[in-house]
Amino acid sequence: MDIVLQQLVNGLTLGSVYGLIAIGYTMVYGIIGMINFAHGDVYMVSAYLTAISIALLTFFGVESFPFIIFGALVFTIVITGAYGWVIERVAYRPLRNSSRLSVLISAIGMSLILQNYVQLSQGPNQQGVPTLITGAFRFHIGDGYVQITYMKVLILLIALAGMGILTYIIQKTKLGRMCRATQQDRKMASILGIDTDKVISSVFVIGSAMAALAGVLVTLDYGAFDFYIGFIMGIKAFTAAVLGGIGSLPGAMLGGLILGLSESLFAGLVSSDYKDVFSFSLLVLILIIRPSGLLGKPAVEKV
Amino acid sequence: MSTLMEFKEVDVHYGPIQALKKVSLSIDEGEIVTMIGANGAGKSTLLMSIFGQPRISSGEIIYRGEDISQKSAHYVASHGLAQSPEGRRIFPSMSVEENLLMGTIPIGMKHADEDMKHMFELFPRLEERRNQRASTMSGGEQQMLAIARALMSRPKLLLLDEPSLGLAPIIVKQIFQILKDVASTGMTIFLVEQNANHALKLADRGYVMVNGEIRLTGTGAELLVNPEVREAYLGGH
Ligand SMILES: Nc1ncnc2c1ncn2[C@@H]1O[C@H](COP(=O)(O)OP(=O)(O)OP(=O)(O)O)[C@@H](O)[C@H]1O
Ligand SMILES: [Mg+2]
Repeated sequence: MDIVLQQLVNGLTLGSVYGLIAIGYTMVYGIIGMINFAHGDVYMVSAYLTAISIALLTFFGVESFPFIIFGALVFTIVITGAYGWVIERVAYRPLRNSSRLSVLISAIGMSLILQNYVQLSQGPNQQGVPTLITGAFRFHIGDGYVQITYMKVLILLIALAGMGILTYIIQKTKLGRMCRATQQDRKMASILGIDTDKVISSVFVIGSAMAALAGVLVTLDYGAFDFYIGFIMGIKAFTAAVLGGIGSLPGAMLGGLILGLSESLFAGLVSSDYKDVFSFSLLVLILIIRPSGLLGKPAVEKV
Repeated sequence: MSTLMEFKEVDVHYGPIQALKKVSLSIDEGEIVTMIGANGAGKSTLLMSIFGQPRISSGEIIYRGEDISQKSAHYVASHGLAQSPEGRRIFPSMSVEENLLMGTIPIGMKHADEDMKHMFELFPRLEERRNQRASTMSGGEQQMLAIARALMSRPKLLLLDEPSLGLAPIIVKQIFQILKDVASTGMTIFLVEQNANHALKLADRGYVMVNGEIRLTGTGAELLVNPEVREAYLGGH
């Protein structure tokens, strides 16, 4: 009983992280119909930026944890967002009217470039950041107990807040309406005066910023990272996006939570060594049984 | 009256197919001009080429003294040109209100409330459905929404592509009555139609397009009684 509860709690936090990253896949797919395979590596870059921002803040004498966390969030989100903007400009915009295959190859190339560039500039070894927040809530249940670290609570709260803010932007603001219009009918959007290239850029920035939010949170919690973490995380988040229905924003968040929960339960009850296998099998299964996912529309065309 | 827009010897190609052949026409400020033509004549191509989609292969499109033929669609839209396009192209998963707000992109939100109220006076059916998803509306309502959305940008020139297409005669009549009201406010309108009867009655001047070429031109009244036009577009009556 306690292990199920414990894994549910862990799964919720993990799922919120998957959901944040899945947002980038789903929004980019929604607006230009491509899978941005470099997105996982954008997440990886944000882990390094988190470490750099903590080092910088410490160097400039910022000692208090809330300030360090806040500073790391702002710094990492802004710079990772800029990465997203540059990636779209360099790797995708020149291919706007090319075949899907060229775009796909460009995406894979971008992913390799990011990995190699980080490996060269930061070194191939695993790196880490110090643990900033320690301590946990403990709830006794029968003979056992469920433990929730303060960090996990913080992750869940910040991730949900990030999703809430994004949903508000997309549903209620002018930028959000422009994104939705461009997604539904790009040609009509341009005839109404929308600079659709700018909208596409901002979708990359938003998606990258969400991945950065996840990157900061996971790095603060887990501590260690290397230049290759984007691959596994990318596939997991992609699975979440497909599970929820690629192109659907609520779908990405829901898919993330479901994937996180089921993966954690699998790890706790069956085998934690095979949890990645579980997720990838799930991806294959969805693609076979219901490729449009839980909340997606049946796709006419696929990558 | 000064010329608002002028096509000068415009050619458009889709690959090997030439859709417009040396098209020249002009629209004065405050005028209602119509272009009639059969299926595939090139009417939609003409309207879309104003927004560079497709780009013209030769000639000029002069709007308020400037050649806009090589400008981006959003540049054209933000300089006072608005279109209710072929097939309406409303945003299906947005509400009626959100669709109307999409029309305000070129001028910002400052007149949005006032103009939306005005649109609901012109098209009362839209007000009843303001929070409804646009995709669930009837064809006539969607057409009204497309016109209203175009008007929300307070355009200098309103471009309409077959607003009567696929609609019941009674709805067509309503829509043309509303267009007449809009025109009476001094709005310049360029209307592309197959429904020659309604279009020529509304318009000050008209052009007849056949296979991408302008075949005839004259006042609306002249074209209505022209034997060639009567034969081809008015069922010979
Ligand atoms: N995207 C395209 N690619 C190739 N040819 C096209 C394209 N769009 C239009 N055409 C061709 O250009 C010609 C003019 O088409 P257009 O749609 O402008 O005609 P139209 O007068 O609007 O017809 P309708 O009354 O049916 O709407 C047609 O022969 C059409 O087949
Ligand atoms: Mg047409």
